[in-house]
Amino acid sequence: MAQIIHRSTNLLKPVSVAVSATRHLTTASTTPITVETSLPFTGHNIEPPSRSVETTPQELLSFFRDMVLMRRMEIAADSLYKAKLIRGFCHLYDGQEAVAVGMEAAITKKDCIITAYRDHCIFLGRGGTLMDAFAELMGRKDGCSKGKGGSMHFYKKESGFYGGHGIVGAQVPLGIGLAFAQKYCKDENVTFSMYGDGAANQGQLFEALNMAALWDLPAILVCENNHYGMGTAEWRAAKSPSYYKRGDYVPGLKVDGMDAFAVKQACKFAKEHALKNGPIILEMDTYRYHGHSMSDPGSTYRTRDEISGVRQERDPIERIRKLILSHDLATEKELKDTEKEMRKEVDDVIAKAKESPLPDSSELFTNVYVKGFGVEAFGADRKELRAVLP
Amino acid sequence: MASAFMQGVGATTALSSANYKNSCFASPRSLPERRGSFFVIRSDGSLASGLNPTNSRRGALSTNAVATKQDNVTASTASKPGHELLLFEALREGLEEEMDRDPRVCVMGEDVGHYGGSYKVTKGLATKYGDLRVLDTPIAENSFTGMAIGAGMTGLRPIVEGMNMGFLLLAFNQISNNCGMLHYTSGGQFKIPVVIRGPGGVGRQLGAEHSQRLESYFQSIPGIQMVACSTPYNAKGLMKAAIRSDNPVILFEHVLLYNLKERIPDEEYVLNLEEAEMIRPGEHVTILTYSRMRYHVMQAAKTLVNKGYDPEVIDIRSLKPFDLYTIGNSVKKTHRVLIVEECMRTGGIGASLTASINENFHDYLDAPIVCLSSQDVPTPYAGVLEEWTVVQPAQIVAAVEQLCQ
Repeated sequence: MAQIIHRSTNLLKPVSVAVSATRHLTTASTTPITVETSLPFTGHNIEPPSRSVETTPQELLSFFRDMVLMRRMEIAADSLYKAKLIRGFCHLYDGQEAVAVGMEAAITKKDCIITAYRDHCIFLGRGGTLMDAFAELMGRKDGCSKGKGGSMHFYKKESGFYGGHGIVGAQVPLGIGLAFAQKYCKDENVTFSMYGDGAANQGQLFEALNMAALWDLPAILVCENNHYGMGTAEWRAAKSPSYYKRGDYVPGLKVDGMDAFAVKQACKFAKEHALKNGPIILEMDTYRYHGHSMSDPGSTYRTRDEISGVRQERDPIERIRKLILSHDLATEKELKDTEKEMRKEVDDVIAKAKESPLPDSSELFTNVYVKGFGVEAFGADRKELRAVLP
Repeated sequence: MASAFMQGVGATTALSSANYKNSCFASPRSLPERRGSFFVIRSDGSLASGLNPTNSRRGALSTNAVATKQDNVTASTASKPGHELLLFEALREGLEEEMDRDPRVCVMGEDVGHYGGSYKVTKGLATKYGDLRVLDTPIAENSFTGMAIGAGMTGLRPIVEGMNMGFLLLAFNQISNNCGMLHYTSGGQFKIPVVIRGPGGVGRQLGAEHSQRLESYFQSIPGIQMVACSTPYNAKGLMKAAIRSDNPVILFEHVLLYNLKERIPDEEYVLNLEEAEMIRPGEHVTILTYSRMRYHVMQAAKTLVNKGYDPEVIDIRSLKPFDLYTIGNSVKKTHRVLIVEECMRTGGIGASLTASINENFHDYLDAPIVCLSSQDVPTPYAGVLEEWTVVQPAQIVAAVEQLCQ
């Protein structure tokens, strides 16, 4: 108890700590703390921002909480897939959580994010609930896309999350379109178009970049470089793996994607730049622990030593944990309790999602067209066709 | 938006089917059945002003449906209300009216801005609306179509112009996966109100790659609608309907039809996207066609009438979905169907239409459906060969004669 009382002078409510060990992690302290990013930024055609990032204990603790939740969700999705409750393709984001969390901290819900299929955690970051996510993964009608999209098609229109796309590379022109609309409507918001090191070789990316630069669109292209495009290492797929330099005339910034604060700083910097000067490329140097998807063991093209090495040295959650402990914002036990709480939350939601109803068969034909013009789709056998015209 | 914009007095009795010789149609579709949207006019409808009845005026058109000389310039032209214009001007008029009406409508494509559009459809719009609203894009179909779809997701209503429909093959991924499917895969969260338009079809010796019929490639994509315009009247109406529709619509124009001249009403009108147009009612055979082949069919119809046949000619206009209501009623009347199209034999619109009619109206057919389509070859450059790739009026006449035996 003595320790706790000692700490109570900064931020923790003295009595309630012992009782509800979990409550304190949402403390409202906003005393600024300065954190140094792990590595300096490297800029291409631009002066990189400084390594010092302002943060608060509240933010640090919320980073930890969010990342643990995301990690827990992905691990749970792994077991659900193996239990055949999730089918098809399931691309997991564990290891890359810092990118999602750091980006959210730098922007508002009016800014848009669009990404490819590794979208579960970004969906959560944008305000999607666990129930939406798990119900969608299991194909239930309470899912965010009514069960009709699946793992690769999470969307949340109200918070500016535009998906969730299966064909990589195609989301970048869409993202440029979002930026175009923002410029057209004079919104003062930006769009983050995310893609991976594999998709960085798609031609439509360069086409989109050219147009964004031509018209000064507020577009930020974020390359989440996890060094493997499915099974192909980046040096085998790209002649120039410096993806932040690939914009040529467009400035770029290389960021340590395993450090949530570096990501936050870079995104804030990029947002200011994009609103004034047009597009910028951010390359997030990150890593995924799982394979490309659940059908890929992830060990045929890289060694287990490499994976465990990264996990030991660069894990984003561990970094935040060390920061929290070094700034005395919580004890080991409290952090462990948070993890347990997150785990329980995820398990509860999964149990609820497992019971949730499947979509009706009439849902097969809904949402193909927007109603109002009287078009109704009909089945393949055409026996139930009714050509209904307005 | 639902307020009536039909200023013309006589125009509101839009949906009466009084023009048909025999009222084999059910009661006219009355306006209140529409769900809270706006008035439309049936294409054949009794718009008091402007439209001529379907008489030989159309028959005066030659097979070279590039530019028509109006031979029947009677004295009554001066007293007819409405204004005369060419098809590309009609498209432009529709586009301009919609851009005036809704600030979210914008155009993007190659050379649509300063150049005015390669077929002059967007001429003058960039000076009027600015460079951002009438956007000149680089030659990057895949990404500017994607850009339009992304903008559509946020609520803008972009119109993408493919300089030639064939170039949109480069954007097939965006059109199929994103444009067509996003409304479904997002569970209805996003709507994609884009219009994709451009000229296609076989022109005058343009070569194989510039003479493609993309409607056959796009027809399977779920979630999109396809329409084909053929006259200035329906071009303007369909353009407006496509822009107002919340669904992605692909509007197929034809390279050779841009200089067609017609008198269209001064009042505003919007046509129905899913409806077919009855060009010439008849008794003996139903001829279904669309786009440029309409003119070949009308040319053949002239000959057929002289030979004593009475063909019913329908311009299907809506390529996806088919207007099986109009088509079905026609089949029930005539019991014989001839489809004349410009698509290839394999997998074209005619093939789908044949299947559709066979499945739904099999009992009403007295003879197998005959489908005349282009040959399954790349369009050759040589004029003679190109002429034989496409269906000619003589073939249509022969087919009808065979069908009606």
